Amino acid sequence: MSFSRARLSWLTEPPADFRRRCKDLRADQTALGEAVQSLATHRLDNPSAEQLSRAIKRLTAEGADPAPLSQLRLLVLKAATYDLVEACLPAAAARAGVWLDICPSASDQIEQIALGMVPLDSPSKPDAVLVTLDPFWLDLGRSASTSAEAEERVATAIERLGVVMDGIAKTFAATVIVTSVPPPQQRLFGSYDARAAFSPARLIDAFNRALVTRCDDFGAILFDVAAISQSVGTDNWLDNRLYNLYKLPFSPDFVPLYCDSLARILGAIRGKSRKCLVLDLDNTCWGGVIGDDGIENIRIGPGSAEGESFLAVQRLALELKGRGVVLAVSSKNDDETARGPFRNHPEMLLRESDIAVFQANWNDKPSNLEAIARTLSIGLDALVFLDDNSAERAQVRAALPAVAVPELPDDPADYAATLSAGGYFEAVAFSDEDRSRAASYAANAKRAEVEAQSRDLGDYLSALSMTIQFAPFDAMNRARIAQLINKSNQFNLTSRRYSETDVAAMENGGVEFTLQTRLADRFSDFGMIGVVICRATDAPESNEWAIDTWLMSCRVLGRRVEEAMLAEVVARARARGIGVLRGQYIPTAKNGMVSTHFDKLGFTRTGTHPSGACDYALVLADYETPKLPHTRVDGNEASPAGPKAQQPA
Amino acid sequence: MCGDLLMDTSAVLARVTDIVRDTLDDDDILLSPDTVASNVPGWDSLAHIRIMVAVEQAFHIRLKTDQITSLKDVGGLVDLIVQATSS
Repeated sequence: MSFSRARLSWLTEPPADFRRRCKDLRADQTALGEAVQSLATHRLDNPSAEQLSRAIKRLTAEGADPAPLSQLRLLVLKAATYDLVEACLPAAAARAGVWLDICPSASDQIEQIALGMVPLDSPSKPDAVLVTLDPFWLDLGRSASTSAEAEERVATAIERLGVVMDGIAKTFAATVIVTSVPPPQQRLFGSYDARAAFSPARLIDAFNRALVTRCDDFGAILFDVAAISQSVGTDNWLDNRLYNLYKLPFSPDFVPLYCDSLARILGAIRGKSRKCLVLDLDNTCWGGVIGDDGIENIRIGPGSAEGESFLAVQRLALELKGRGVVLAVSSKNDDETARGPFRNHPEMLLRESDIAVFQANWNDKPSNLEAIARTLSIGLDALVFLDDNSAERAQVRAALPAVAVPELPDDPADYAATLSAGGYFEAVAFSDEDRSRAASYAANAKRAEVEAQSRDLGDYLSALSMTIQFAPFDAMNRARIAQLINKSNQFNLTSRRYSETDVAAMENGGVEFTLQTRLADRFSDFGMIGVVICRATDAPESNEWAIDTWLMSCRVLGRRVEEAMLAEVVARARARGIGVLRGQYIPTAKNGMVSTHFDKLGFTRTGTHPSGACDYALVLADYETPKLPHTRVDGNEASPAGPKAQQPA
Repeated sequence: MCGDLLMDTSAVLARVTDIVRDTLDDDDILLSPDTVASNVPGWDSLAHIRIMVAVEQAFHIRLKTDQITSLKDVGGLVDLIVQATSS
């Protein structure tokens, strides 16, 4: 089928016995969640979507466990007929990894429900509330008389929405999702309407811009219905006949697209968006078969129409990478042959360094995809697989149903559009950390390669070329130190919490000893990953330190960092004439992993309390520094707090 | 091609019955030309919208506003469908 957004052309036709399979679903069957998601991952017409949605409702009532699908309860506030959408939405949600329950609610009660004036039928609280907006409810569908009136109408509309959003926050404390408004079908002055502030086109446009700001300020999620309506054509979107007859806000032909688009947002809320794009090479990233055609004859680049099509796929892949999506390759080719174009073809946009995992071999694709997921330490449900070959696609879908495999049209000119329309990478938020995620996954992949080539753990740790840096607390790092102190729960021996003010006092002699630890390896810099605070005890000779705080980031487990930190603490303690270090483990619900931390470091247990807390002691005369795989890098040498004694390196 | 489009009333009635059964999730429903919506359990105003939308999509037709608003019974709907599919 050729590319069609409205007909969800990236999905396959449902099986002939779809209806039977929906009816046969049992609440107690194994892998129910997967079975429902599989059934949902087809191009469903409205009756089919309703059938599957009804099955989901039945299974919920029967107490089914929907794992691995994530549960979400949605309330839809509306002033038009959304009955068909609500009847079809759970099926689309299952496709996106969400087990959806819809709170029944009446139409034309938007403010009443939001402000808690009208109770819902069901006592269960929604997780998310969708506010559907249309030009009629917002009074933006008719021309204004002056631009001043236009401004006022937009402000009133935003204000009305604001009351609803604030109401939802208060009444339900739920995530708010709000829709943008489709552009109008009529332009009375033609092109001039785009310039006339009083035209409905400008009113709606001004509202949609103000809506983005409102969503930013409020922390609400935008469901861009305006964009969807434009993608299928505003003339097609609203069927005036059906609006007049049934108050349908848009043509039922687009219910599958609307539901799919909304479902992806719900999936993104539940963290189900995909993280990795796996690319086939021959006839997917370039025209032709590299093994047969050779590098001079593959079609890639602006020299041919075909070459442009594949360039578009590479360009899209690079853009996705720039947004934090990891790229991988799975190709049936010799490794060297497959890498050739990445290294040597001048028109290729993708280079070897863009690909985190490169699997070019003669193994089957499902095995390669499993290897890619393993190498990146992500689930199969985080992968999207792009392959022009329908047999390969079918094989992967059958073997690994968790992998998303878009159906591709015959013409490569539409490959990029199809992948994009599939919506696998939908986001509801985006931060610098998301952007750099691809790089950190790539680093993990390289570490995995090193590990595979290492004889043993010691060999692996040496191969990582780790550098470690110690320093006392300082003002520049105060915020990060306080953040670690307050947010570390698992690798935290005593879970004592200190504010930034407390930490500032420690910089200036409030305690005997402070330590911040930074770690890097060949592949990335982890930043600050460990904090130690030592206080004086009331021992008579003043030759003891009590370890008040010892915490580390879980990212650096298994690298002997704690041994390096102990070596540093011991060295500093000895320099101050300290003879004994006293440690303490205070158990919490989350720090079970460090219950034997001091035992492993060679401390002797000196006491146990009924609470489960343990006391430890280390006599420094008995301590020997072990050989460790880290190289010390000098920032400021860690030194006792107090009057400044150290020189910065 | 013409033969495919020209559907006789009993075939249309059978198909409409399937659609109504599907939409109302009730395989026991029986429709005859003089059935009216109020006689069918579950055929309320919201179900009516879904049935009419499903009918138009299933038969690939667009009925006119005045045709829809003047519908009295299932027989009337069947006649409209036969008319729309034969033109």
